[in-house]
Amino acid sequence: MDWHQQYIGKVKHAVFHTQKTGRKRVVVSTEENVIASLDLRHGEIFWRHVLGINDVVDGIDIALDVITLSSDGSTLRAWNLPDGQMVWESFLRGSKHSKPLLLVPTNLKVDKDSLILVSSKGCLHAVSSIDGEILWTRDFAAESVEVQQVIQLDESDQIYVVGYAGSSQFHAYQINAMNGELLNHETAAFSGGFVGDVALVSSDTLVTLDTTRSILVTVSFKNRKIAFQETHLSNLGEDSSGMVEILPSSLTGMFTVKINNYKLFIRLTSEDKLEVVHKVDHETVVSDALVFSEGKEAFAVVEHGGSKVDITVKPGQDWNNNLVQESIEMDHQRGLVHKVFINNYLRTDRSHGFRALIVMEDHSLLLVQQGKIVWNREDALASIIDVTTSELPVEKEGVSVAKVEHSLFEWLKLKGTLMLASPEDVAAIQAIRLKSSEKSKMTRDHNGFRKLLIVLTKARKIFALHSGDGRVVWSLLLHKSEACDSPTELNLYQWQTPHHHAMDENPSVLVVGRCGVSSKAPAILSFVDTYTGKELNSFDLVHSAVQVMPLPFTDSTEQRLHLLVDDDRRIHLYPKTSEAISIFQQEFSNIYWYSVEADNGIIKGHAVKSKCAGEVLDDFCFETRVLWSIIFPMESEKIIAAVSRKQNEVVHTQAKVTSEQDVMYKYISKNLLFVATVAPKASGHIGSADPDEAWLVVYLIDTITGRILHRMTHHGAQGPVHAVLSENWVVYHYFNLRAHRYEMSVTEIYDQSRAENKDVLKLVLGKHNLTAPVSSYSRPEITTKSQTYFFTHSVKAVAVTSTAKGITSKQLLIGTIGDQVLALDKRFLDPRRSINPTQAEKEEGIIPLADSLPIIPQSYVTHSLKVEGLRGILTVPAKLESTTLVFAYGVDLFYTRLAPSRTYDSLTEDFSYALLLLTIVALVAAIFVTWVLSEKKELREKWR
Amino acid sequence: MASIIRSKSVLSVFFINLFLSLVSSAVAVSSGSGDGFSISGRVKLPGMSLKAFGSPGGKASNVKVVLNGGEHVTFLRPDGYFSFQNMSAGTHLIEVAAIGYFFSPVRVDVSARHPGKVQAALTETRRGLNELVLEQLREEQYYEIREPFSIMSLVKSPMGLMMGFMLVVVFLMPKLMENMDPEEMRRAQEEMRSQGVPSLANLIPGAGRS
Repeated sequence: MDWHQQYIGKVKHAVFHTQKTGRKRVVVSTEENVIASLDLRHGEIFWRHVLGINDVVDGIDIALDVITLSSDGSTLRAWNLPDGQMVWESFLRGSKHSKPLLLVPTNLKVDKDSLILVSSKGCLHAVSSIDGEILWTRDFAAESVEVQQVIQLDESDQIYVVGYAGSSQFHAYQINAMNGELLNHETAAFSGGFVGDVALVSSDTLVTLDTTRSILVTVSFKNRKIAFQETHLSNLGEDSSGMVEILPSSLTGMFTVKINNYKLFIRLTSEDKLEVVHKVDHETVVSDALVFSEGKEAFAVVEHGGSKVDITVKPGQDWNNNLVQESIEMDHQRGLVHKVFINNYLRTDRSHGFRALIVMEDHSLLLVQQGKIVWNREDALASIIDVTTSELPVEKEGVSVAKVEHSLFEWLKLKGTLMLASPEDVAAIQAIRLKSSEKSKMTRDHNGFRKLLIVLTKARKIFALHSGDGRVVWSLLLHKSEACDSPTELNLYQWQTPHHHAMDENPSVLVVGRCGVSSKAPAILSFVDTYTGKELNSFDLVHSAVQVMPLPFTDSTEQRLHLLVDDDRRIHLYPKTSEAISIFQQEFSNIYWYSVEADNGIIKGHAVKSKCAGEVLDDFCFETRVLWSIIFPMESEKIIAAVSRKQNEVVHTQAKVTSEQDVMYKYISKNLLFVATVAPKASGHIGSADPDEAWLVVYLIDTITGRILHRMTHHGAQGPVHAVLSENWVVYHYFNLRAHRYEMSVTEIYDQSRAENKDVLKLVLGKHNLTAPVSSYSRPEITTKSQTYFFTHSVKAVAVTSTAKGITSKQLLIGTIGDQVLALDKRFLDPRRSINPTQAEKEEGIIPLADSLPIIPQSYVTHSLKVEGLRGILTVPAKLESTTLVFAYGVDLFYTRLAPSRTYDSLTEDFSYALLLLTIVALVAAIFVTWVLSEKKELREKWR
Repeated sequence: MASIIRSKSVLSVFFINLFLSLVSSAVAVSSGSGDGFSISGRVKLPGMSLKAFGSPGGKASNVKVVLNGGEHVTFLRPDGYFSFQNMSAGTHLIEVAAIGYFFSPVRVDVSARHPGKVQAALTETRRGLNELVLEQLREEQYYEIREPFSIMSLVKSPMGLMMGFMLVVVFLMPKLMENMDPEEMRRAQEEMRSQGVPSLANLIPGAGRS
């Protein structure tokens, strides 16, 4: 029924641990701030830690334990290799930002203690690997030197530290690593200046670029002398115009330069001359050098060739020689190779074999050995941006084999429960169970439990997950057009959901992205078929898409009309068909929307004005006008949250009957917007502001008229605010600085203008206003009720359950700081709760008021599982009214089915059909027995 | 930038071992350089104290300590200690995320006026803490225990109740009828017959008399 999947994200660094006998593993750090130890045989996770959001991993290595440097080089941690227990943690201080570097020298060992050298924040620290104690620190920032590289000299306890002061002064320090003693300091100025990364070619030579990016500068600092040597890129026979970059690598005697879209391998000859060894396109990836058996070095080069990927392992310095050459078939949905890490092993014939860990464009991780992919991990699923659902195909007529099979299986199951099954039957049951056809069939089911979860990831890859068992049904790496270099994907929308044509049309989703990071960048649209996973179409638009609005209209092929708002506040209609435009023309005056400009503190309401005026006549472009605007005072209020109702939410009834036989009318409007603002001073983290200078103001705004329906100030409160708006209520979570606890508030809105309608006499006489047209322009009188409770935990996400008809009572789904999802009945957040509810109120289900919301461990829907790095919770109604489908995502994925009011419309899974059958049989038998008995008795009576 | 202006950092290490000594000792060690304050404390999990500290497979590896709702996240050392560095003076909130245990968030006040003075209080129970030793308030059971099969649960179920009632009607009612006096029975039957078919005449008073 529920499933849980663990991921790690796109791998940044990897360190192998294969030397010792026993479990072979690879320790990785990822872009999701995860540190994990993976089984090298199967790719499973041995252990994993998700660091904080700001705790970006800068480096990882293995000394005795796994050493990680994170938080811009300020936190150094050691983790026990077998079980991942943190051994120690050190904080490195420094005054200035500098490139964080982690170096674990191989031969600097005192007893068992090996030294860890960390260069961060302008300082060089030497840390003991046993307890994390800082042995010595040297402040280079004091000499205004920015450290570029820390170099270990072979077979000695001396290290070189090289860096720049300003952009042209080169410094080289020779330091005794054991005590931090400065042995030698050389400095020299280079008039051309330095820019970019440095590539270390040997232990006393490095190569960098000058500020014009056209000259390669070879810096050698051997024998206490610094010598510069300039080599023009044009002298190497290369066109140096364009973007030149030195790629960080650790090959001996060689380095890589990236020029525009190709890469050059340049070698330093024995006469200190540079020569180009090889030229490859930019898609080729090179691994770091690997030292194996007595100072031999090797590195891997991965090249693309059609659908294949060629992996060559070359010995260091010798380009023309290959140790291993393998070619593997690669799924083109994985895109390009982004990173490669190599490791060696001893074959049975004592020769060296190599395995490669490859990180692909789609964030997947592959282990390649002997020309085969040993295992792969789909780690794009750790970075989900947006989720939507799609129905599965309808079971076609004539394909009733499944049904026959199904009933056969039911019959077998029944036999099994009645313990009448023969061993063959039991085996058959097991086989069918393993296939678990009911759960993971690729067709729609009667209850609507089986669905496709369409997820969009940061890797620009779309996955369709089957809700039954979470397997990937298809995946698609979005096509990259030539026009756009760095596209980013944003959102998924349901483009076409066929109902009338469900048999012959496939549903599709719209993927909206943009070319670049700024909101003014032109938008990209892609349409993806959700059954086949094929990209139907894709457009590079000329305008941007700041906001995308699905309209409640569909055309004859059931494509939903969408409006894209660009940064000039013009709207563009999609699909671009004449039919769409005619539908849109009809509804022209009924289209309103709002925009929230959080930076300026303005909320605006918009409507369509006219067709775009421009040189190019575009029928699908419209000018807009601002209807209203709400301007928040910048000095006292800063918008931190704006939440609206889910567009597809269904509300069963507007009336709420209270215990006093009274009717309250919920104010149900689709155009409700919840906005929370805080004092600018208190917009930072907790503890940064005094309670007196912090306040939280919440608004409920009608987005058609711009009317503020409700406004409330919480003094001494601050964000972050997590809110959910549903039916006629809003629940929000914030921090109360006075009590120093988190609070959750509920506000319910009731329509007063309908309140008089409960008079029967008025109804009979026709003096009611029930037949009055409901309009979004009307200004009904409303009343609000609010209540506030304490809530223990910090919250990462809040959602509310949604069911097909909206009859079932609601539960709030709260993603807590511990990465669990708590289901909390809405009844606990009812503003009508009082300390002593009357008998009638108790019957209605009103819970006595308490100051805090209860946390019942059994109501964690994730049970004892964690959805690490929880970011969002999606709820989708099933066809069965009692049930809602819940999908929580973060670094992990979790899916379950929930029944907030228990499964009142279906039998539970553990319902005993055998018992029912037995009862029926027993009853029938009893009828016969009593019938016979009564016959006999009647006969006796008659004889008497 | 050789000027490190602020050196008011105080490393407050709180130390307690309830099992060995009843005397709690608060040791304050001031560290030399750097800026900001540090908060150090210890999380105590049941089972951790019984095992040898640092034994592999301890639950401490799955515990996170979260400052200010996610601003900083740290992990426990094998002995349960944790620390946050570079804190500003003011009020902070520390939460412990451990599967299977319920921890109260802790309010920690770092005083700027009295360097090194750190006050801590559980926000759930409003209990002040002398030392920053966090203990779980309760263990959490995430699974409900399935009730074992029993005859009583069968009888108590609606179906069982219905069957019980039916049995009563079938077997006990005839017994009741038998025990009735035949005379009384006949009278009752006659009475029923006379009332038997309710006519409109019976309903309208007066009309029945005429």
